[in-house]
Amino acid sequence: MKKFITHIILIACFPLAAFGQQSAGEIRQENSGKYAITNAKIYTITNGTIENGTIIINRGIIEAVGADVEIPNGYGVYDYQGGEVYPGMIDSGTQLGLKEIGSIDEAQDFEEYGDITPQMEALTAVNPNSEAIPVTRVSGVTTTLTMPDGGLLPGTAATINLFGYTPDQMYAGSKGIVINFPNSRRSWRQTQEQADKAREKALEDLNSVFDKAELYADIEDADDIRYYPEMEALATAIRGDLLMYIEVNAAKDILSALEWVKNRGYDNVVFTGVLEGWRVAEEISEAGIPVITGPVLSTPTRGSDRYDAAYKNPGLMQQAGIKVAIRSGDTENARNLPYNAAFAAAYGMGREEALKAVTINAAEIMGVGDSIGSIEVGKKANLFVSTGDPFETKTEILNVFIDGFQVPMTSRQIELYEEFLNRNPGLNKYPVTEN
Amino acid sequence: MKKLTFLIALLLLGTDVILAQVSKGDVLIKNGTVITITDGTLENTDVLVEDGKISRIGRSLRTPNGVTEVDATGKYVMPGIIDAHSHIAGTSINEGTSQVTAEVQMGDVVDPLDLSIYRALAGGVTSIHLLHGSANVIGGESETLKLRYGVTDPQDMMFDGAPRTIKFALGENPTRGGRSRGIQPQSRMGVEAMLRNSLREAQIYKKTWDAYRADNSRRKIAPDYDRRMETLVDILDGEVLVHCHSYRADEINMLLNVFNDFGIENLTFQHANEAYKVAPELAEFGAGASVFSDWWAYKLEVYYSTAYNAAILTRNGVTTSINSDSGELIRHLFHEAAKSQKYGGLSDEEALALITLNPAKQLGIDNRVGSIEEGKDGDIAIFEGHPLSVYSIPVMTFVDGVKYFDRETDADDQRLYVDPESTIEEVQIFEADEQHKCMQDAEIINLYEFLNN
Repeated sequence: MKKFITHIILIACFPLAAFGQQSAGEIRQENSGKYAITNAKIYTITNGTIENGTIIINRGIIEAVGADVEIPNGYGVYDYQGGEVYPGMIDSGTQLGLKEIGSIDEAQDFEEYGDITPQMEALTAVNPNSEAIPVTRVSGVTTTLTMPDGGLLPGTAATINLFGYTPDQMYAGSKGIVINFPNSRRSWRQTQEQADKAREKALEDLNSVFDKAELYADIEDADDIRYYPEMEALATAIRGDLLMYIEVNAAKDILSALEWVKNRGYDNVVFTGVLEGWRVAEEISEAGIPVITGPVLSTPTRGSDRYDAAYKNPGLMQQAGIKVAIRSGDTENARNLPYNAAFAAAYGMGREEALKAVTINAAEIMGVGDSIGSIEVGKKANLFVSTGDPFETKTEILNVFIDGFQVPMTSRQIELYEEFLNRNPGLNKYPVTEN
Repeated sequence: MKKLTFLIALLLLGTDVILAQVSKGDVLIKNGTVITITDGTLENTDVLVEDGKISRIGRSLRTPNGVTEVDATGKYVMPGIIDAHSHIAGTSINEGTSQVTAEVQMGDVVDPLDLSIYRALAGGVTSIHLLHGSANVIGGESETLKLRYGVTDPQDMMFDGAPRTIKFALGENPTRGGRSRGIQPQSRMGVEAMLRNSLREAQIYKKTWDAYRADNSRRKIAPDYDRRMETLVDILDGEVLVHCHSYRADEINMLLNVFNDFGIENLTFQHANEAYKVAPELAEFGAGASVFSDWWAYKLEVYYSTAYNAAILTRNGVTTSINSDSGELIRHLFHEAAKSQKYGGLSDEEALALITLNPAKQLGIDNRVGSIEEGKDGDIAIFEGHPLSVYSIPVMTFVDGVKYFDRETDADDQRLYVDPESTIEEVQIFEADEQHKCMQDAEIINLYEFLNN
């Protein structure tokens, strides 16, 4: 109860913050982008926690952060009086912007015709005005990896910040091709034998495509080379200018993917999914391949597994020395990213590591660790202010800043709440009155 | 003769023992923080369960002879969670051969061996409403179960004494079925027409049978017996509670009108993503809503959803529950309920009622379960940490005073049945999209048609 009262006080106090008063739907950039966030507990992630600190922001970049930082003249001030500041959470596995309504083909743009289409750019199809974007960011998720899917090489995924009017304004500076690593998953129409055969065939295809792509990478500068868009995308990845996100889940497939990566000598590889990672954690760790895992809120992969195997997976991998990021694997409910992390925290990973898994680890794995993922001088002002632990369900997110912009704390879901909580007219259009 | 009577008595006794397979337990849960739901939260309190029923709640209760003690010091004791919308433990979900299939019963397809039952127990769940699917306008009768994992007779899973319930369905699912087969309904107009036709036919059927029963002549001839109509008549008579799959506000409003016209009162809307838009109408009717915490956007009719649905409904006086409809989500309904605090600021009591007392009311079993009260069933979940905290871990679950889940002592592998022919265990990678089971089986029928046309 005491805690609850504190929350109330906090919430009641925040409108007093000198700047940052936002009218509904308004996007603010305080004082031409020069402002300070002060009197807040700052979770920097990379340099500990500052009990009562100040962050100075200039045109979207963090200029200073610390306990004894002077606010320069002419800077706006957000006084949070005890609120907590975290770097924006990063969901490193969604289809945000690419999928609007699940059952309608016309509302989905994450899958292109063909099995080998690595040149398909997710970024180009991101709808900056997707209803799911505000729904996600008001929960403190400021950045996502948005991924194409379908086929062996579905396309190129992009990391996006959840604010901007064009995909280019949203782009967070990292791309990678997606490889759906061949697996023995059996569809209901297949026997296991057929599924195994299909897997072998897919692995052959994958190798043959990459053989060609390596050759293409070697001779790309030759004069009269024919233009193959898919080869160009793969060659870029082979040269290391694009990441390779390898989606792989079953233990057997993970081992097979490890061998594939080793044989090919690629070092710009990230494993995604990795739901059975705990079974082969030593091997993944030895190979030094980072992992984006999730959803944590999923059922165990095998009937014989302990009921909480999926909750424990991220912690077990992290303890084996793997760099782990956690994803929601969701789109419209990427807002549940903190809860995926929280379950991992409760079941062995611990809160500190789980926080890293949705901030700095995700950023570093995607190669944007120098610009986002923690509160540090020189990084982007992607952060949020909350009444407390953002993993805890009750916690309120008070403000979200993306690229230094204070985004509106509203979404269609909040607007509907405001309209319908006390609907007017209620039951009767003109209620009968006593007199 | 006496011998024979004795033998018969013995035989009957034997039968009785066989029938009473469902175990009832005794347990004293000591010194926990007891969240009663109906009577506040009691610190350092004991809960005594005897012969499957909560017999005493109080401080420093004496342990009766032979009763096991469980130390709940520092832990939270709450009523077992009730999921008003589940398809686990069902071997099939839809009878899709007709748009009205009131004659079928989910009670016939209960699989007590389903591992999902154990996983649900490990999330503090003690009862589920095993619903028929949503492929047809009037589906089959559903079944309320107690999660007595370990029994092999489906009958032993049944919630003895729970009222009968039936599934109705509105909107995209039944109209999709109509379109794929070229029959009615293909629109929300058709759905209403089909409902009114069916209920009107049932009234006529009832009238015919009432007339037959009242007829004293010797030469009277019985009308045709129709199992489908029998069930619909029971709905009209208030003996079967209706749980209606629905999403949009207009279709919810439509069913309220239809039920008003036919005098049917017992109604809960399932999913009901847009129930918040007609909350005053629902409250006026006295209908309940059993909703998701936050699922939306997976189809057009859930695009205009809000995670504040449960809070708006609660604030407008609608009996509201939060359900799972998923073998994954059912494992953390306590966390789903907690989201009503993030989205709408419900109190701890209100939030926990969404997964205990309120679903019990919607299933007509609130006289038995849904709160910790003397005289109620010993269906209890123990948590480490407050159940509304995201870090909270369920540690023990009891049904009728019998422990079915214990995080400390249970084996890792809790399967009851392992296929003797399987050599390698299949790996099942979780797919969120596969969690929506409402159209399961119905899709296969459509696919069958697709392949044959």
